[in-house]
Amino acid sequence: MYIPHTPSERDEMLRVVGKSSLEDLFSNIPEKFRFPDLDLPEAVTEMEVEEQFSDLANANFACDELVCFLGAGVYDHYVPAAVDMLLRRGDFFTAYTPYQPEISQGTLQGIFEFQSLIANLTGMDVSNASHYDGATAAGEACLSAYHHFRGKRPRIILSGAVHPHYRETIHTYLCGFEDIEIIEAGMAEDPAYPQRLADMVDDQTALILVQYPDFLGRVFNFSELGQVAHEHGALMAVSANPISLGLLTPPSEFGADFVVGEGQPLGIPMNFGGPYLGFFATRDELIRKISGRLVGETVDSQEKRGYVLTLTAREQHIRREKATSNICTNQGLMALAATIYLSLLGKGGLRELAELCYHKSHYAAQQINQIPGYQVDSKHVFFNEFVVNCPNDPLQINEFLLNEGVLGGLPLGEYYPELKTQMLIAVTEKNSRESIDLLCELLKEAAND
Amino acid sequence: MKTPENLKYAKTDEWVKLDGNVATIGISDYAQDQLSDIVFVEYNKDPGDTVIKDDTLATIESVKAAGDVNSPVSGKVIEVNEKLVDNPEFLNDDPYEKAWMLKVEISDMAEVEQLMSSDDYKKYCQERE
Repeated sequence: MYIPHTPSERDEMLRVVGKSSLEDLFSNIPEKFRFPDLDLPEAVTEMEVEEQFSDLANANFACDELVCFLGAGVYDHYVPAAVDMLLRRGDFFTAYTPYQPEISQGTLQGIFEFQSLIANLTGMDVSNASHYDGATAAGEACLSAYHHFRGKRPRIILSGAVHPHYRETIHTYLCGFEDIEIIEAGMAEDPAYPQRLADMVDDQTALILVQYPDFLGRVFNFSELGQVAHEHGALMAVSANPISLGLLTPPSEFGADFVVGEGQPLGIPMNFGGPYLGFFATRDELIRKISGRLVGETVDSQEKRGYVLTLTAREQHIRREKATSNICTNQGLMALAATIYLSLLGKGGLRELAELCYHKSHYAAQQINQIPGYQVDSKHVFFNEFVVNCPNDPLQINEFLLNEGVLGGLPLGEYYPELKTQMLIAVTEKNSRESIDLLCELLKEAAND
Repeated sequence: MKTPENLKYAKTDEWVKLDGNVATIGISDYAQDQLSDIVFVEYNKDPGDTVIKDDTLATIESVKAAGDVNSPVSGKVIEVNEKLVDNPEFLNDDPYEKAWMLKVEISDMAEVEQLMSSDDYKKYCQERE
C-alpha cells in the first residue's frame, strides 16, 4: 500500500490543525461508520459475482418498466437517443480537467456552450462549468454569498420550501464555518409565505435561498422578497427547475443574484440517484466569487477563436486559500449531456416541452381532484408537480400502485410531519393521457382498499 | 523601476507615505511589474476597520497570480481608494499616485521605523532579480 506520509509528518499535520489523533480528526464521522466491521463473505468466482450482482440489479424497477409519477427534484423526462450517442464518443467520454487548452478545445467549447445555454435559460450574466448536483450548487451559492461579504454577514436563511436534501447538504457544506449561522425559516405551509420570509431578512443576512417552483411544486413571484433582500444589502439565491424556465419568468427578472439548480431534467436519466448535474449562474458583479471553474472565449495569436479556462487565479491549484470553494470538479460529461439535450430541443422545443408538462400535470390534478377522498391543493400556481391530500396513508397507496406497475408520488410525511397524508405528484411529457387515467383509476381503488 | 525617495517600503512590496500619523499605502512599481496586468482589486477592509501590521488589506489579481496587500502598519483604516475597483489598471500605470490604495491612521509610530528607505528597498529588489 502506498502511504505518502511518515508518522512524524502526520503528527505534525495534526498538531497544526489542532487535533490530538487521527480518530480526533475524523470525529465528525459517526463512530459506527468510522472503522466498520466489514464481515466479508467467502471469496467467490467472477462468474458467481456477476450472477449475484445481476440478481441485485434485477431486483430494481427502472422507470422504463413503470409509469412514473415520482419527482421531487429528479424527473422522468424522455432522453433523445442522440444524447447518449454523442456522449459516448471517446473524445468526450474520457476527457477530464482541460488544463491544457492546446489539446482540449473540444471539451472547452462544450463547457463554454453549456455555460452560454445556462446563462440564457436563467437570464443571468454568467454561468460556471457546473457542480456535482443541485444540492451542492445551492451550497456553493451560500459560500459565494458568504465570501462576497467577506464573512461580515454571517446569516444564511433557507426557506422551508427548499428541497429538504438540499438544506441538509448545505448544513454539511458549511459545517466548517463556525461563524455562519444557518436559519431554517420553515413556514413552507404558512399562508403568508413567502411574504413572511422577507420579514426575516436583516443587515446580518448574507443570503436568502428559495426554490422555484418550490419543493411542494408551487410557483411564487419572489420580486418583493428580492427587493427586501436588496434593501438590506443581502443577496437572493433561487434554486430552479431548468425545464420550468422554458415557460416561467426567469429568476433574473425578480432580482435573483444566484440561480442554481439540478440539471438532471436536461437529458440525464434518473440513474437511481446519480450522476447528476448542478448548474450555477450569477450576475457579472459576483463573477470573482464564483466557485468552480469557468471557460471563456478568446482569440489566439492568429486571431482565431479559442477557448480557455479563465479567472483561475483563485482556483485551488493557484491560491487555494483565496478560493471561494475548493471543489472545482465539474460534471463535464453530464454538462455535455445537458448541452446536447438543450441544443436538440432548441428554444421552441423547450417551451413546447414545458407547456406539455404544465398541461399534463394540470389535467392530472383536475382528474385526481374529482376522485372521492382526494383533494389537490389548488391555492397556488404550479408547474408540473402538485400536492394531493390522500384518504389513507400515502405509503400504502404507493404499495398498491407499485403492484400495478405505477410509481406513485412522494409521501411528504417524512420531510414535513404535518403533511403525513399528503403526496407530491409529478407529471412529465412521458405521462400519456392513458397513464394519467390509469393512475386515477388506481387511486380510486386504493381509496377503497 | 521607480522607488520614490519620499516613501517607505515594506518587505512585502507595499509603500507608505506619511502625513502626520496617517499612512497612505500602495504597492510598489516592482510589485506591479511582477504581477503583470492587474485585472481585479478587492478590499478586505473597510473604512473604520482596525488593522494589525501584516493583516491582509486587499487582494490583487493579475492575469497570472493573486497576491495580498499586507498592512505595513497597525491602526485604523480611514479611507480606501474605491476608484481602483473599477480601474485596476491604475496599479500598473501609476502605482505611486493614482493607485494609492488605503489610508490608515497609525496607532504605533515605532512600526514605521522598521520600514525600508528608498535606497534599501531598491537594493532589496535587485537582490531578488
